[in-house]
Amino acid sequence: MNFQPNERGYWGEFGGRFVPETLMSPLEELTSAYFAIRDDSEFQAEFLNLLQDFSGRPTPLFYAKRLSETLGGAKIYLKREDLGHTGSHKINNAIGQVLLAKRMGKKRIIAETGAGQHGVATATVCALFGLECVVYMGTEDMRRQELNVFRMRLLGAEVRGVDSGSKTLKDAINEALRDWVTNVDTTYYLLGSALGPHPYPLMVRDFQSHIGKEARQQILEKEGRLPDLLVACVGGGSNSIGLFHPFLQDENVQMIGVEAGGKSSKLGEHAARFMEGGKVGVLQGTKSYLLQDDRGNISLTHSISAGLDYASIGPEHAYLHDLGRVEYVSANDEEALKAFQTLSQTEGIIPALESSHGIAHAIKIAPEMSPNEIMVVNLSGRGDKDVNQVQEMLA
Amino acid sequence: MRIQNKFSQLKTNQTKGFIPFITAGDPDLKQTKELILALARIDSTVIELGVPFSDPMADGVVIQKASERALKNNFGIAEIFDLVKDVRKETQVPIILFSYFNPLLQYGLEKLCADAKDAGVDGFLVTDLVPEEAEDFSNLLKKHDLDMIFLIAPTSSDERLKMVAERASGFIYAVSRTGVTGARETTSQSAEILVNRMRQFSDLPIAVGFGISTADQVAETWKYADAAVVGSAIVREIEKFGSDEKLVEKIEDFAGNLLPKN
Ligand SMILES: Cc1ncc(COP(=O)(O)O)c(C=O)c1O
Repeated sequence: MNFQPNERGYWGEFGGRFVPETLMSPLEELTSAYFAIRDDSEFQAEFLNLLQDFSGRPTPLFYAKRLSETLGGAKIYLKREDLGHTGSHKINNAIGQVLLAKRMGKKRIIAETGAGQHGVATATVCALFGLECVVYMGTEDMRRQELNVFRMRLLGAEVRGVDSGSKTLKDAINEALRDWVTNVDTTYYLLGSALGPHPYPLMVRDFQSHIGKEARQQILEKEGRLPDLLVACVGGGSNSIGLFHPFLQDENVQMIGVEAGGKSSKLGEHAARFMEGGKVGVLQGTKSYLLQDDRGNISLTHSISAGLDYASIGPEHAYLHDLGRVEYVSANDEEALKAFQTLSQTEGIIPALESSHGIAHAIKIAPEMSPNEIMVVNLSGRGDKDVNQVQEMLA
Repeated sequence: MRIQNKFSQLKTNQTKGFIPFITAGDPDLKQTKELILALARIDSTVIELGVPFSDPMADGVVIQKASERALKNNFGIAEIFDLVKDVRKETQVPIILFSYFNPLLQYGLEKLCADAKDAGVDGFLVTDLVPEEAEDFSNLLKKHDLDMIFLIAPTSSDERLKMVAERASGFIYAVSRTGVTGARETTSQSAEILVNRMRQFSDLPIAVGFGISTADQVAETWKYADAAVVGSAIVREIEKFGSDEKLVEKIEDFAGNLLPKN
């Protein structure tokens, strides 16, 4: 089985480049720059060095003993992306792409952000290298992730609020694309998930694959064998594909992606693209599953977590879904909120609300598994950014 | 073949073309019909009819807002076809649909082409569909004798211009500058360079758009291109006078005044 996209960035029927003509040459340029560094040992050494010394990789693989024992089923390991610098996996991709932008001679970096974690990661790496940084963020997300807005500004980035549509991630991407199409000569668009036109889904996946590569080695060291199951939350799909990809060839490793089930299964009240209302279409540069109406307009979405609140999903996930290689399920707001508290209280780890969706599913299925079985859950980020929001909700 | 005929007519008369853009359903479909007829009366070369979309990532704020207004009227491509069918009883002005790809995909491309032909639509311009991704759609359009208008941009390499030349029909739309749609104070030089580069590869008429908003700018564009496209400037007037009972008259005046006097 081949899990590489073809030359035009397609996994099966998913992916491609659906962009205005103005962006095509810049994307071609980006693609050749990316392929040039992909196998360049000097670049990869520089990348790895920053992952280690700046971000603190490798992140630990932690055996969640109390949680596992309380649930009385599978052994649950947590891949601790929450311990990386800036508190989520987003830093891996931000470091990789900023290094690439520097090679390409770009001095201005733009990014979109949902939960603010990608924005913070981008602002952080731009500060490290003294690059100009502009982050687009929906005003609804600015409200619920206020702390991250302040962090980005503290790091010297300009945060531009986006007031159109649902005022969330999708709208921030539209606005970032508008900026990019206007300033292509000077600007590097640092997309934060495994989304968008080729080569972004491939590039982001590659930069995030360190998660899975490390986890593979770590579980072999600790348990002497591969895990039975991997679980990760899926927004655009970067932390999940980063964990899954290095295991795709291992037939005995099952994988579950957890989407945001929101308030209900009604279109508009969730962000689960493989649930009701999700049909193949084209949005923001790529062909994938989308939440949309019969006329092809994109539906509003809802999730308790800003980072999962998005109408589309990365094209590689669409492919893995249709192939049946990865199973996709959803956890709703309530389950995620409960998991947020459960993990805090059983392991002393406050997870991001995004990651809480993965935890919620683990909590659901672990009791049905045997204590001989091993599950790895990607703890994609820490929950400090969500504490205010959760406090309000629990009040 | 209305488009081709219209451009050869321009050539015979040694004049240049004027291509207005309006968003279908802004302020409502009934007025859109009247606006098309008004734009036909001032002898527009082609009318670009925008299909409203929830996520117009290549548009500036003026056309974004027009899309939002139109979407409130709760209609789809089927209703736009009905509108064109209705308009065809009164005018043969070429009409192309200007759309993002997803609404077309969801309609079903095969049915879309058949229904478009039947309604009297002359072609499509799809903002986010570049030649590499357009093979299936452009074959279907060809089969139904409809034109596929492609965009070219100052950033397009010669390779890409050649690819467009192979696939395009009707006319070619040169984007005057990098950026989203929207009126600008000044026109850019990059458009002229781009048009001249494209002429090496294609004999199709070339229209220039993005940022043209005055009669002077139209005249400037006519010096090197075959037609000028005006979008946001007209849409802004529709926004301003949307609820005015003299809307159609006002737009007819405004658009008519965009044509250089000579
Ligand atoms: C901690 C965390 N996990 C997960 C996500 C979801 O994104 P992705 O699916 O790309 O990993 C986000 C996005 O903001 C995030 O901040």
